[in-house]
Amino acid sequence: MEPMTLRAVGLCAGIPTQKGEIRAVNDVSIDVPAGSIVGIVGESGCGKSMTARAIMGLMRSPARMTGGEIWLNGRDIARLPERQRRALRGSEMSMIFQEPMTSLNPVMKVGRQVAEAVRLHANVSRQEADRRAVEMFEAVGISDAASRARCYPHQLSGGLRQRVMIAMAMVCRPKLLIADEPTTALDVTVEAQILRLMRNLCDAGTSILLISHNLGVIAQLCDYVYVMYAGRIVEQAGVIKLFDHPAHPYTRGLLNAVSSLRRGGERLDTINGVVPNLLRLPEGCSFSLRCDACEARCAQEMPELREIAPGHKARCHLAEREAWS
Amino acid sequence: MKQSLLRRFIQAVIVLLGVALMIFIMLRVVPGNPVATMMGEHADIDTIQRMTAELGLDQPIHVQFARYVLDALRGDFGTSYSMGKPVSQLMAAAFGNTLALAVAAALFAWVVGIACGIVAAVRKNGLLDHLFMGFSLLGVSMPVFMVAMLLQYVFAYHLHWLPISGVDSWKGYILPAIALGWNSAGSVARLVRSTLLDVLQQDYIDTARAKGRGQPGILVLHALRNAMLPVMTMMAMQLSSLLSGAVITETVFSINGIGRLAVQAISGRDIPLLQGTALFTTLVVVLGNLLADSLYAVLDPRIRREA
Repeated sequence: MEPMTLRAVGLCAGIPTQKGEIRAVNDVSIDVPAGSIVGIVGESGCGKSMTARAIMGLMRSPARMTGGEIWLNGRDIARLPERQRRALRGSEMSMIFQEPMTSLNPVMKVGRQVAEAVRLHANVSRQEADRRAVEMFEAVGISDAASRARCYPHQLSGGLRQRVMIAMAMVCRPKLLIADEPTTALDVTVEAQILRLMRNLCDAGTSILLISHNLGVIAQLCDYVYVMYAGRIVEQAGVIKLFDHPAHPYTRGLLNAVSSLRRGGERLDTINGVVPNLLRLPEGCSFSLRCDACEARCAQEMPELREIAPGHKARCHLAEREAWS
Repeated sequence: MKQSLLRRFIQAVIVLLGVALMIFIMLRVVPGNPVATMMGEHADIDTIQRMTAELGLDQPIHVQFARYVLDALRGDFGTSYSMGKPVSQLMAAAFGNTLALAVAAALFAWVVGIACGIVAAVRKNGLLDHLFMGFSLLGVSMPVFMVAMLLQYVFAYHLHWLPISGVDSWKGYILPAIALGWNSAGSVARLVRSTLLDVLQQDYIDTARAKGRGQPGILVLHALRNAMLPVMTMMAMQLSSLLSGAVITETVFSINGIGRLAVQAISGRDIPLLQGTALFTTLVVVLGNLLADSLYAVLDPRIRREA
């Protein structure tokens, strides 16, 4: 079996409210093999960011992880005390965020912010840390690195800031990079550059967990994809298989919405209805209320995530029948 | 940066001149003859007229103003009617006490205010949060004279820990500093708490956590410096209001400062002295704002470049 950089098993996370616990992440298992890019795709609020934060141990109170195991490089880190967990952040696993505009401290020079990550995990002098930061700036394709390192975030463009974020995440050479919508706030040409950079990082040995709602980005970059809906994984497959033979009606809906644009149809294909309230999920399949193919048992019984082909799983009662049709 | 400072400086001069003119005119249109007040009830008309001419008060108002400004530029703010000494000399003597009181009050207000604000934010909705915010609410809402008298009653009259009034030793400054500073401490604590809570929700705090910073490092290195930006502005304003003389505190605790001088000037219709103290207050406020703006630029690189 190929070595896994990250293996999350049965991850659960929730937000306690007065009306009960919102189960934002429900029994999510994700594998990120070494040297690959794995994607999580889904619409806003489906729990993909929360999954990433749970893995990083960066839940924002009152949200909290309620169960599951997180194996990082063969070690279960879910139950480590916060101090040890913190030592892993930035050194063995790191994360970049959606908004490069607001993700950098506005009153600190960007070089210093990268050097800070170095100094937190390596016992080196300030000069050495600064030097490594500039080196990393060059590695992520920031031209004129030494002088850019002395800039404040507001003096840099969005693309440069995201490069700074990537430099910060990568400066201690972590095995796993979690990228939460890294290009959503960027324009398309800059997006292409950042995606290329991430591809290069992966080729150099970093495993990447990429979170996106953008199927184009997923298709371009990922080796394997998880589709999330209402806090659960509804389908998972290799990227080509998923795009060629989507088994879950939700995945098909997502793909149709994109391909109807490409076909130049009169109307955009959409998925009916809205995302269900996580406090009042339907009894059976979470997607049943919006599903065109919904049958009687779909409304009563939550389907299991079943393997329908090697490496291809779907959470749908009807998946087997339709997968190869 | 230099250009903007120069512009600010010119603005400050204009504000000072404008305020001086307004005080000048107001003091001359209020009813009542200052010379008559000064000479007492039994002065005859001839003496009053001679005195008026001697003081230059019979001249047209623009001539008086021009003379006042020219004299002021040479450091001569006239001679106090009621005390017979140069205004500059009286104010210099009083300023020492006001400065000491202001520094003591500011130290108390900021150390206590910032510390309480940080603790309250970190322990949001906890016991300490409620306790500190309660104290700050008291400080913000109680009038200074009441705080002052309560403090005198408890710590001087009952417990005999501290002198009831006067500033013969440093101990004399403690109660007035608390009375004067409590209000500022309260507003600083509230502002620190709310901005810190806001800053702690920012994305760059997540970034700092993601690179492995612990809570104390995040608080000191990332959150506090950002949270202090609006607080600095408030503190600079407070400093100027403290420095321009605390009328009530100085009166209650018998401290011979600028505030008390102003009260004496008003009750004695002492025009030169009143002009002097009012002008001084304006100067301090203008300088305080200038300080706030420059501090902001030092702390916030975004403003530094735009300025």
